[in-house]
Amino acid sequence: MTVTPLGIPRRLLEFTIDGEQARVPEGSTILDACRAAGKDIPTLCEGDTLRPKNACRVCVVEVEGSRTLVPACSRKAEPGMEVRTGTERARHSRKIVLELLASSVDLSTTPRVAEWLKEYEAKPDRFGPDAARLNEEPRVDNDLYVRDYDKCILCYKCVDACGDQWQNTFAISVAGRGFDARIAVEHDAPLTDSACVYCGNCIEVCPTGALSFKSEFDMRAAGTWDESRQTETTTVCAYCGVGCNLTLHVQDNEIVKVTSPHDNPVTHGNLCIKGRFGYQHVQNRD
Amino acid sequence: MDLHFGDSKPTDEERAAVDALLGPPESSWEGADRSDADLRWARGGRAARDRRDLLLPGLHAINDRVGWISDGALDYLCRRLTVPPAEAYGVATFYAMFSVKPRPATVLHVCTDLACAAAGAPELCAGIEERLGLGSGVSVERSPCLGLCERAPAALAIKAGDPVRTAVSAPATVEEAVLAASAPDSAPEEPPAALAVPQAGQDGLTLLHRVGVVDPASLDDYRAHGGYTALRRAFELGPAGVIREVTDSGLAGRGGAAFPTGRKWQATASQPDRPHYLVCNADESEPGTFKDRVLMEGDPYALVEAMTIAGYATGAHQGYLYLRGEYPRALHRLEHAIAQARARGLLGDDVLGQGYAFDIEIRRGAGAYICGEETALFNSIEGYRGEPRSKPPFPVEKGLFGKPTVENNVETLVNVLPILTMGAPAYAAIGTERSTGPKLFCVSGTVERPGVYELPLGATLGDLLALAGVRDGLRAVLLGGAAGGFVRADELDIPLTFEGTREAGTTLGSGVVMAFDDSVPLPRLLLRIAEFFRDESCGQCVPCRVGTVRQEEALHRIAERTGAAAAGDIALLREVGRAMRDASICGLGQTAWNAVESAIDRLGAYE
Repeated sequence: MTVTPLGIPRRLLEFTIDGEQARVPEGSTILDACRAAGKDIPTLCEGDTLRPKNACRVCVVEVEGSRTLVPACSRKAEPGMEVRTGTERARHSRKIVLELLASSVDLSTTPRVAEWLKEYEAKPDRFGPDAARLNEEPRVDNDLYVRDYDKCILCYKCVDACGDQWQNTFAISVAGRGFDARIAVEHDAPLTDSACVYCGNCIEVCPTGALSFKSEFDMRAAGTWDESRQTETTTVCAYCGVGCNLTLHVQDNEIVKVTSPHDNPVTHGNLCIKGRFGYQHVQNRD
Repeated sequence: MDLHFGDSKPTDEERAAVDALLGPPESSWEGADRSDADLRWARGGRAARDRRDLLLPGLHAINDRVGWISDGALDYLCRRLTVPPAEAYGVATFYAMFSVKPRPATVLHVCTDLACAAAGAPELCAGIEERLGLGSGVSVERSPCLGLCERAPAALAIKAGDPVRTAVSAPATVEEAVLAASAPDSAPEEPPAALAVPQAGQDGLTLLHRVGVVDPASLDDYRAHGGYTALRRAFELGPAGVIREVTDSGLAGRGGAAFPTGRKWQATASQPDRPHYLVCNADESEPGTFKDRVLMEGDPYALVEAMTIAGYATGAHQGYLYLRGEYPRALHRLEHAIAQARARGLLGDDVLGQGYAFDIEIRRGAGAYICGEETALFNSIEGYRGEPRSKPPFPVEKGLFGKPTVENNVETLVNVLPILTMGAPAYAAIGTERSTGPKLFCVSGTVERPGVYELPLGATLGDLLALAGVRDGLRAVLLGGAAGGFVRADELDIPLTFEGTREAGTTLGSGVVMAFDDSVPLPRLLLRIAEFFRDESCGQCVPCRVGTVRQEEALHRIAERTGAAAAGDIALLREVGRAMRDASICGLGQTAWNAVESAIDRLGAYE
């Protein structure tokens, strides 16, 4: 049985979103309120199991009295706030952010981005053929997962998951500065020379597919990756007594990827190397 | 925290550099040879991790001694401080003055920023690079503004060793810069700070009255010229009284944002959370700004006294002075001044026998414009990458180490001395109704007498330029530095006040006034500004990280174009600029398009 902790009751506060009354529990973000009101605000760096980093700025909205736009993912709702989500000003910034990302990063495996590019009429090509791109090669230095930093939007989620928010391994950090900033382990070494414990919790939170299972990476390269043919089965990890939930992604009767439900109140989507990558024995048919 | 270290070992020199800062390691847990005793218990935990803020000083120690930071040195420092090596690598690669790749012990930073570019920096650079090629033992690096604009073009040599040696060459010739780099010890001494103050010694100066008059090394001289009367007055008034005076004086922050200082102090003082911290932002990196350097070099005790007053008023017992890494002389002057003040009971457990404890620690920046942003500066001091935090919460509530913090610019703090000695009403009588007090302006470019000028707020741009002896053929004036804006040569009646410049659609910023004639093509200046922002963006948010790159690319494309040929890219620049202004996390991205926009709209660049 999954027990959802209710926490202490929170006061409701009232404010308006696009002129309509919104009531949310104290401590909610503008994004929480927008989602509760059924408004679809694009997000990239926001993670349901992580503290908001508000680095991508694609969720910006207008707040009455604020000089600049505010990130919906991190700004807490305040009583009497007047939030406008669909103004020309907010939509303009979202469009430019999408264009800036799409013109410099490979977003081909980022969910929903194609839809947003269309919705915001973004034209990443207009920066010209010479617009600087990340130009990174996939780093394949171990058997478990691949770091394809050409797809990295620098959302900091993997760093936060590896660091004090979940794993406490601190194997990765942002290195360098500005457009040259990249996620790296110490001395930019291969993963095998780093503090990485291969829990894969960074893959779990990566919003763009920059971090992926080696199995997924290889299948995509071979053109055999097909999510429509995959089933997802959530089960319990058998390795130890913690009882983490595993979601097995199965294609053609082979496990191709393992995730974990983010709403699990104990593990919040986190696993260890055994749960995440130790499934080969399941499909050992000898 | 289960830290993982590689096999790289520090050299004896690297180890010595770190140990000189942190003391010898006490156990193998922090890098010493393993003994039997170490096998019985583990050391570490919170006490060890609490020293994270020594990471940046540690990186400086290694870089100062060896000239670069090797894997082994970084790992050893991490072991000493219980810092994950990946994070320390992220911090070391953040700063322009550090290198994690081998390089010669001597680095010559040659300024290629606006004032120096107009004074022949490209030719100087080319000449130096020709003389100091590979194998010369000097690494020549093109640098953003070194804060020596009154003596452009400028170069700063840093020779790693024990101790590290520095030499400034400004105005630099190829010959002098090469000499400074190859033999910093025998390079001619820098002229006194007073030379940067054309008004030095004149009557009626409030902020600069001691520069060039007192010996900056002598505490007695400082006291003989009115030093420490303001602190005595502060003790008479009590903390609340001081804040009242500062509030009544109308003093607004001089670092660029013009936030009312009294309100900031009051907000910090009233926080119940303890301890409170005082931070002085001396990371003066806005291109064209050098007023804080001149104040610190010419009158260092004034800053020490002002920080003591600010700490007293806001309930802080520890002050941090975050000093720009490229200011070696200001560093020496302030180290000396703080030591003297400490020895004479003007800092320490019992300041002036009043039972108030206060001390100041200097932290050096390492080449990052963004660290002048108040929250990025906190991260930098704490040993993290100098990336801005999102606000709210504001520093007065959660600042340095998560505690209530008041952060002020050097000039702002120094203004507190006359406020207390002359009283708030007399101070408020200087300047205009809404912009009170005197203001320092950093005048450079095509003027006869570049330097720091003190004028009451409310003087016009024309008054200031006349004082500095503007040369014929003035084409444009850049106000507020790279984050500011250009105004035309026929707009010299703009009043230099916070509200006056705002009404004129520009900004006073940190007080940069840079005059340009036609000798440098405007598109080249704009390109340099765009390069600056691209280089200095921390990379945290998308609008700034990629937007500054796209801005530079577009300006490259239209560098030689005008009219219809440039119109498409100008429209693109406007769109990107608007998103940078609206959606960036901090002031860097929000202002990265200001100067370019003003040049297009006011000066008609590319028409």
